[in-house]
Amino acid sequence: MSEPAAAPLISARGIGKTFATVDVLRDVDLDLMPGEIHALLGENGAGKSTFAKILAGVHRPTRGTIALNGQQVEVPNPVAAQKLGITLIHQEPISFPDLSVAENLVIGAAEDGWFSRVPWAEMTREARRLMDLLGVRIDVTRPMRGLSIADQQMVEIARALASNSRLIIMDEPTAPLTPREVETLFSIARKLRDEGRTIIFISHRLEEVRALCDRVTIFRDGNKIATDTIGNLTDADIIRLMIGRPVKEYMHKTGAKIGEVALKVENLTLPGVFSDISFEVRKGEIVGLGGLVGAGRTDVAKAIFGVTPAASGTISLEGRPVSITDPSEAIALGLAFVPEDRAVAGIFRTLSVEHNISVAVPKRIAPGGFIRRAVEKAMGEDAVRKLSIRLASLRQPIGELSGGNQQKAILARWLLTDPRVLILDEPTRGIDIGVKAEFYSIIGELAAQGRAILLISSELPELLALCDRVLVMSEGRLTADIPRAEATQEAVMHAAVPRGALREEVAA
Amino acid sequence: MTTLRTIFLRREAGIAVMIVLFCLAVGAFKPQFLTLDQLRIILLLTPLIMIGAMGQMLVIVARHVDLSIGSILGLSAMVSGMLYRWDATWFGFDVPWWIGIPISVAVGTLLGLANGALITVFRLPAIIVTLGTLSLYRGLTFIISSAKQIDRQWIPSELKGLSQTSPIFGIPWIIFIAFGVAILVWYFAMHTRVGRQIYALGSNPVAAPLRGIKVTQVTLLVFAISGALSGLAGILYASRWGFVNPSNTGSGFEFQVIAAVVIGGASINGGVGTVLGTVLGVLLLGCVSAALPLLGIPGTSQAAIYGAVILIALVIDRSVRQQGIASLKRVRA
Repeated sequence: MSEPAAAPLISARGIGKTFATVDVLRDVDLDLMPGEIHALLGENGAGKSTFAKILAGVHRPTRGTIALNGQQVEVPNPVAAQKLGITLIHQEPISFPDLSVAENLVIGAAEDGWFSRVPWAEMTREARRLMDLLGVRIDVTRPMRGLSIADQQMVEIARALASNSRLIIMDEPTAPLTPREVETLFSIARKLRDEGRTIIFISHRLEEVRALCDRVTIFRDGNKIATDTIGNLTDADIIRLMIGRPVKEYMHKTGAKIGEVALKVENLTLPGVFSDISFEVRKGEIVGLGGLVGAGRTDVAKAIFGVTPAASGTISLEGRPVSITDPSEAIALGLAFVPEDRAVAGIFRTLSVEHNISVAVPKRIAPGGFIRRAVEKAMGEDAVRKLSIRLASLRQPIGELSGGNQQKAILARWLLTDPRVLILDEPTRGIDIGVKAEFYSIIGELAAQGRAILLISSELPELLALCDRVLVMSEGRLTADIPRAEATQEAVMHAAVPRGALREEVAA
Repeated sequence: MTTLRTIFLRREAGIAVMIVLFCLAVGAFKPQFLTLDQLRIILLLTPLIMIGAMGQMLVIVARHVDLSIGSILGLSAMVSGMLYRWDATWFGFDVPWWIGIPISVAVGTLLGLANGALITVFRLPAIIVTLGTLSLYRGLTFIISSAKQIDRQWIPSELKGLSQTSPIFGIPWIIFIAFGVAILVWYFAMHTRVGRQIYALGSNPVAAPLRGIKVTQVTLLVFAISGALSGLAGILYASRWGFVNPSNTGSGFEFQVIAAVVIGGASINGGVGTVLGTVLGVLLLGCVSAALPLLGIPGTSQAAIYGAVILIALVIDRSVRQQGIASLKRVRA
């Protein structure tokens, strides 16, 4: 261990966080040294972001203490964090788009009175100085609106410098950046480290962590698993530490008969999002699509469904090439897509459960434009029985149901269209374990009925237990097609974690 | 070149051009439209709207709206008018003629604060709250006045004099007051901490508290200012027209004011709005109001034409600006 000899800047002790009744972070002890870049690694939901947000005052810890330079401190909100010299830089920075860059650096920070004069000239000068210091060329008098994400991040870093932050937390900053922008960000991060500042760097990309960071802390299931100097760990070590939980055997695949090809995708490409995606899903088959958040999985699903069609490539259904430019065409062809974020894309929150279910088949419930209540009611009752949706009444607003039951209602809606191909995007996110198990058996039954199922999931055990094959995407490319027999957590994770991508792109 | 383009992209330039074109077009039919006398008429039409628009602009920048300003104008004018009619002497002194000014402003401030309190405490949308108080404040005006008008003889002649002349080229004081308010609001909006925080709040209400902006206080302040300026407009209404009527005074004020602010370039989505643009928006409406009778358009159609002109101005502005931005992007690319 080559830890710096100095006293830690931040000492977190026994930090825990409970949301509702779920422990998302347990007993984390971590020392952050001045002048180090410290990576936080872990799967989605491992707790690394929660920990960072606690330091930055976005969340308050349920348990534990934070000491800054040996003094115990409270960080009740981001403003307090900023005053203590802690700044969190969001992946997509939060800013005031109508205000100038210079104003964005200081707004809200000044301590003087409401009616005191804004020192425009001084503010602009100081903003220019900070931009020069960072070596970035941004006109500080222009409004934030229209700046690239990379430039917005630079403004956030300048804001951290304006308040003389000692700890700068970057939450997955590189995901939306181009390779060149990443290089700029890294050189600035190194410069800040050499000034004695501490940087927390959250990323999925091992290559980046290796290139930039001094030490790394690995989180898994809300626990801190290890902290070590990056040189002491191989990629294989890190991946093993990230996923090393025992696989829970709570799912069983009902043996469906696998038939001919239902959905075939060839060379699907949408520049900048995904490229050269080819795979097929057979009748009765459940094909998993794994990978990290942001790998482009949902984009592929949206392309197939016609939400944002691909630029090139072909899609065939049961051997027939089809052109899908709009979701209504996809639905007519027998596709169904249950989207990831049901709150945004799935439910009509204030409408009743039965409306939410019957909305998929307007012609059946309302031939001629008038809704037939009896038909609608029968459909709703049928769905409730088949999927065992728990509710008080079919006329209840769907927003009042639990997440799992909302999800079942959405699934019921799509099943009314009797789809041949069903795409499920993170169907069990935010659902209790009990309802999850029900979902798994429903998915199994749907496959047994001869439907082809493409299941996007970030939960490895779910993919492994449910799927006949697992496809893995990483940074917009298909990196693996693993049959059930060979699918292990390690195999999926190895294909999912981007490595070497940065080197290739920089070389290109 | 780019600088020139940027200037022309500014909303203010577009409105100024529209004002000039409109005046020239009307002047082509009625040459007397382009005279100093006519300018005086236009300027006299605008002070109340200008004062109201300054407050409304701040409200709209903060991503709210204040529909109650016409009723605040009416109620605060009525309180002052009743004070004048009461004709009391205080401790042997006559009630000074100017007392209605601080009284109306104070009443307006309180009514604006009440709007702000309802919006911040109960987290209600401003459009609903001020729609409610639009009716409530108008109703209170009827109740306290027993639905009776304050007639001409009760309004002090010095107060009425503010709208008639001044030692400075005979331009009525009321016009100076309006432009004085505009300058004060400009300084407030552009050069004070809290002024900038109003823009920040409207630009991104989610981020504002995360950056230490006291959302409740800023919101209260904005509605208090809107109320105070409507109160000032109320007493100046009594000065300008020499009476206060419980049903007419201030009725429809919110429509003209919001139209002027929006034509002036303030965004209903918050964060955007300038004093200069708002002044120009007010002047454009003033020109339209002055031109309609001159063009012989009967009173019955004036409201319809007025509304149509506002919509046309917005449509022209929107399409010109979008093309301008597109061409600017091409130049940069």
